[in-house]
Amino acid sequence: MAVLSVDGIRLAFDGVVAVDGVSFEVGESELFAIIGPNGAGKTSIFNVLSGVYRPQQGSVEFNGENLLGLRPHRIASRGMSRTFQNIELFSHLTVVDNLMLGRHNHMKYGALSAFLLLGRARDEELKNRSAVEDVIDFLELEQWRRFPVGLLPYGVQKRVELGRALAMEPRLLLLDEPVAGMNVEETEDMARYILDVREELGIPMIMVEHDMGLVMDLADRVMVMDFGRPIRTGTPAEVQADPDVIRAYLGEQHRSVAS
Amino acid sequence: MDEFLQSLVRGLGTGSIYSLLALGFVIIYKSTQVISFAQPAFMLAGAVLVSYLAPQVSFFGAVIVAALVIAVLALGVERTVLRPMVGKPVFVVAIITIGVDVVVRVVTNAFIGLEVRQVGDPWGLTTVSFLGAEVQQRYLVMIGTTAVVTAALFLFFRYSRIGLAMRAVAYDQEVALAQGISVGSVFALSWALAGGLAALAGVFVATGAGVDQQLWIVALKALPAIILGGLESLGGAVVGGLAVGVVESLFGTYQGDFAPWLGPNFGLVAPYALMLLVLLVRPYGLFGKREVERL
Repeated sequence: MAVLSVDGIRLAFDGVVAVDGVSFEVGESELFAIIGPNGAGKTSIFNVLSGVYRPQQGSVEFNGENLLGLRPHRIASRGMSRTFQNIELFSHLTVVDNLMLGRHNHMKYGALSAFLLLGRARDEELKNRSAVEDVIDFLELEQWRRFPVGLLPYGVQKRVELGRALAMEPRLLLLDEPVAGMNVEETEDMARYILDVREELGIPMIMVEHDMGLVMDLADRVMVMDFGRPIRTGTPAEVQADPDVIRAYLGEQHRSVAS
Repeated sequence: MDEFLQSLVRGLGTGSIYSLLALGFVIIYKSTQVISFAQPAFMLAGAVLVSYLAPQVSFFGAVIVAALVIAVLALGVERTVLRPMVGKPVFVVAIITIGVDVVVRVVTNAFIGLEVRQVGDPWGLTTVSFLGAEVQQRYLVMIGTTAVVTAALFLFFRYSRIGLAMRAVAYDQEVALAQGISVGSVFALSWALAGGLAALAGVFVATGAGVDQQLWIVALKALPAIILGGLESLGGAVVGGLAVGVVESLFGTYQGDFAPWLGPNFGLVAPYALMLLVLLVRPYGLFGKREVERL
């Protein structure tokens, strides 16, 4: 059964069509990649999924529930978490605090019990703090725990952002250019963590990425976008061989290198 | 020496009132980027409510009930009057809060009438001996209560999930939404907190002198306090409030002896003079964020 099914999405800002006729499904523990030139509408799709934009047409079903019209925080609380293209961490807060924010919806106590230090508030905080510790172990962030994230190296910040998304215990993870701006070593580290997420946690993912090597190595299926429209969806091998895709995105050069 | 100690305690006491009010301003400003001018009305309403409730449920019971009622009132105002304005220019929203202030104050005035109402506090103007000086008991109570409230707020923002969520919203609303944080609830809660704090401040102002229709003017002293401390900083609000109180009180005591040429009652103006001085050196306030703008 599909975790997410997107059908016939059309999103326009006045006359400008950002996304049109986009349909795809993401299965359980599948890693689905979206590629395409800049401005192809990849991030717009993420913004539709997470409720920031509302499309004029089409439907989005997440675990059998219609998501369109839900506010972003409601969608997040249903288990869709995301990372951002340019790191969007709370840079003045520590790594632990950033991850605790990911746990926001796993705690239920209200403002009054927070003030009166009722037992329930403390128990929940402690339980969720230990869940955060698991994520810190998983992503090997131990040495950075107490640092304000703004002070950390770029690659580590990207990892913290992945950590915050994982702390939500998502049922679907949206990764927007997880290795953008990283050097080879950092990219390899991130690839390893993404594989760990799939293999050990079994969380389905949608990844937008420009690093072709990474996409072709990791993804189960790839959707190629151009000018807001999908031009081909298939396995990495199928997509790489598609003449339309080569023309739009990979370039003729790629064919000669590949063949 | 006694005179100095008395002025200092009086200054810290009234300064505590300014601090409570300033905390409310800063809490609302941090989450919504709006300066709420409705604080004076909530302060007045809190004091009036206590003056009606105290005979029934004792003074302390009345304070707790009034703080909660005013918190709920402020929350209701946010939900109904301000929520539709989310995304509109903050200037417009700030003007609306002036409207809210006027409405709440006019309604409250009807419950005051022309007399001075008493809140029925147990301290009145009685004094105790403090380090050898006779100081009014109520000032010590104000200082103590404000210290406890400030500590509770600090712990709340530092350690609770909701406090953390409020800090996240202050930093970036869109990213906070992506963590499943309801930005609307954070707005409502910050109004509720500010309302409760204002009610408490109102009760303190009313101890000793009682409540009349002019009581709200005291709340305006919180403005130099927040500018002094920096609009973004809770700690700054507390320090700013205390500084305003102490400066006002010391000027009131000594200015007549040392600088009579400044004219009588210069103490009332002193906080604003202090504010201007600080702004000359640190335009973003003592603890405020330095705004960096790229052109």
